[in-house]
Amino acid sequence: MSKIIELKNVNKWFDKFQVLKDIDLEVAPQEKIVICGPSGSGKSTLIRCINRLEEHQEGNIIVDGTELAENTKNIEKIRAEVGMVFQQFNLFPHLSILDNCSLAPIWVKKLPKKQAEEIAMNNLKRVQIDDQALKFPGQLSGGQQQRAAIARALCMVPKIMLFDEPTSALDPEMIKEVLDVMVDLAKGGMTMIVVTHEMGFAKEVADYMIFMDEGKIVERAKTKEFFENPKSERTKLFLSQIL
Amino acid sequence: MNLITKPSKDNIKIFVPMGLFLVSLSFLDVFVNAFFNFDLMAFLPSQLSYFLPLILGFIGFYLIRIEFSGVRPLDILNKNINSNNFNALLTLFTIFIIIKSIPPMLDWFILEANFVGNSKDDCTGDGACWVFIKVWFNRFMYGLYPDAEQWRINTAFLILFAVVGVSFFVSEKLKKYFILFLVFVFPFLGIKLISGGSFGLEYVESAAWGGLSLTFIISAFAILFCFPIGVILALGRRSSLPAIKYISIGFIELWRGVPLITVLFMSAVMFPMFLPDGTFIDKLIRVLIAITLFEAAYMAEVVRGGLQALPKGQYEAAKSLGMGYWRMNALIILPQALKLVIPGIANTLLALVKDTPLIFVVGLMELAGMIGLAKTNPKWLGMAMEGYVFAGLVFWVICYAMSRYSQNLEKKLSTER
Ligand SMILES: Nc1ncnc2c1ncn2[C@@H]1O[C@H](COP(=O)(O)OP(=O)(O)OP(=O)(O)O)[C@@H](O)[C@H]1O
Ligand SMILES: [Mg+2]
Repeated sequence: MSKIIELKNVNKWFDKFQVLKDIDLEVAPQEKIVICGPSGSGKSTLIRCINRLEEHQEGNIIVDGTELAENTKNIEKIRAEVGMVFQQFNLFPHLSILDNCSLAPIWVKKLPKKQAEEIAMNNLKRVQIDDQALKFPGQLSGGQQQRAAIARALCMVPKIMLFDEPTSALDPEMIKEVLDVMVDLAKGGMTMIVVTHEMGFAKEVADYMIFMDEGKIVERAKTKEFFENPKSERTKLFLSQIL
Repeated sequence: MNLITKPSKDNIKIFVPMGLFLVSLSFLDVFVNAFFNFDLMAFLPSQLSYFLPLILGFIGFYLIRIEFSGVRPLDILNKNINSNNFNALLTLFTIFIIIKSIPPMLDWFILEANFVGNSKDDCTGDGACWVFIKVWFNRFMYGLYPDAEQWRINTAFLILFAVVGVSFFVSEKLKKYFILFLVFVFPFLGIKLISGGSFGLEYVESAAWGGLSLTFIISAFAILFCFPIGVILALGRRSSLPAIKYISIGFIELWRGVPLITVLFMSAVMFPMFLPDGTFIDKLIRVLIAITLFEAAYMAEVVRGGLQALPKGQYEAAKSLGMGYWRMNALIILPQALKLVIPGIANTLLALVKDTPLIFVVGLMELAGMIGLAKTNPKWLGMAMEGYVFAGLVFWVICYAMSRYSQNLEKKLSTER
């Protein structure tokens, strides 16, 4: 099967500190991968390398057939195909929810305004906040903001979605509404890489689990196997702490 | 009744009337003294009579300082101007100074001022000689611009005000075109109209321009250009490309480190020496470029402050949606950053307007410059006070209007959230 994301021997440093060590990772279209691991293990850095919000220094990262490198032209084109959802939502506070969603389709994809707003409304409906379309981000609850951020990413019709701890900044009662949207998205066949500690979600949707520690991928296994029969001691320890 | 007790809600009926009476008495004394030169307390020894209003007012304020009296006006008064002894004293001093300073001001500005006549000899009263302003008014507005051609300046400003005025009432969509016209068409149309030289208009060299109209022309052009240049410099200073970054830093620090007056002097005297022989750039244009670049450096730092205040997440979200550098800045970053620094921008632009009089060093005379010229006219010696008070008033009106506009803008944009 052809891979949509390939990482080969990726190494990355922040100054002298090595954050990613020999990362190898392949993701096929429609696969869902959940990454977990202790704080500071490099999970965020890893997925941010996939849309080049961070630059890697060694190895190859190939996304949808394009290698990401210093001289990659049209990095914007790759980014437009890779949606990203952040822990802190990062909605644009000066724009209404509708404008947050339609801005990039209009200015990056050059869609007519009317069509872009139609797409935006459809996606807002999909995450069930179409009634909030004309409000500003500051007027929404955390859960609604994160769903709006997901809708904003979906409006670009991405091939891949990256999630960096999308529920970590939310109050417990709002986590479910966001996870529901993500489960729904997974069932729709989206390729997803999710950094999260929501193991219930992982068990439900993940094809593969990845456990990272100190910049390395310590364990990569099918979800069932990962939870029932982890191989590495560190994985066992980590799972015992969070389950 | 025991008057030694502390003022409180229980004895409010006695303390408040008594306190108010004493405070009023102190104001009345100062008022009568200031306006009618009559000392109510003359029967007292002179030093006591001098300080009596302060003492009476102070006691009065003490008596009415009742916490949670339940009477709203009294509570508001106490909270704002009478919260403790020190504040009561400050309040008294402030009010006394205001009362005391009204009569002399009124006399100088109006009651004993001279309005009629057309020479210095007509000014016989003790107050201001507004005849000076009246006689020179045309020069103060238009400088040495020929009288017969002044309709051109009037027309240019009329068009400007008309377009700006109408733009407040048209729909959002049309407004865009009005703004485009004002920024890209009008400035050049206006300059052509004022300088002439074609369309059958007589050429008026820029050395003849002056007065308040020149203040406006220079301010408007400098504001128009320094703003975009400042934004570009601010972005440049934060660029990841070293060449652009260091050029921006160098430019900003160079212009910020030099006094405007030196820059103006160099633009007029030194700059032409570097030009090839035969080329000639109008003095006014050189001055405009100098002021624009000078203020742009300040603008850049103001804008950079706004850029730095934005969280990194905004950049990352914009990038992750596939926006390139310019789209990210134009759509996401600058709208937020500029909104944050409206007060700083207003500050810089006000400073710019108030810096325009410095163009006198190169021989151009806007309002303050023309006044400086008029007051040295042998027939009008000794009119400096009137002239500079007038200039001060005009600049204050302009700057206050700008300041109000920026406050409105801030309010409007903040409610959009
Ligand atoms: N911009 C940066 N400069 C220097 N060091 C950084 C930078 N970003 C992250 N790091 C360091 O790299 C390491 C990995 O960070 P990363 O954010 O990828 O961890 P993480 O696994 O996502 O942790 P968390 O669960 O806390 O989000 C950490 O030690 C962090 O301090
Ligand atoms: Mg992280």
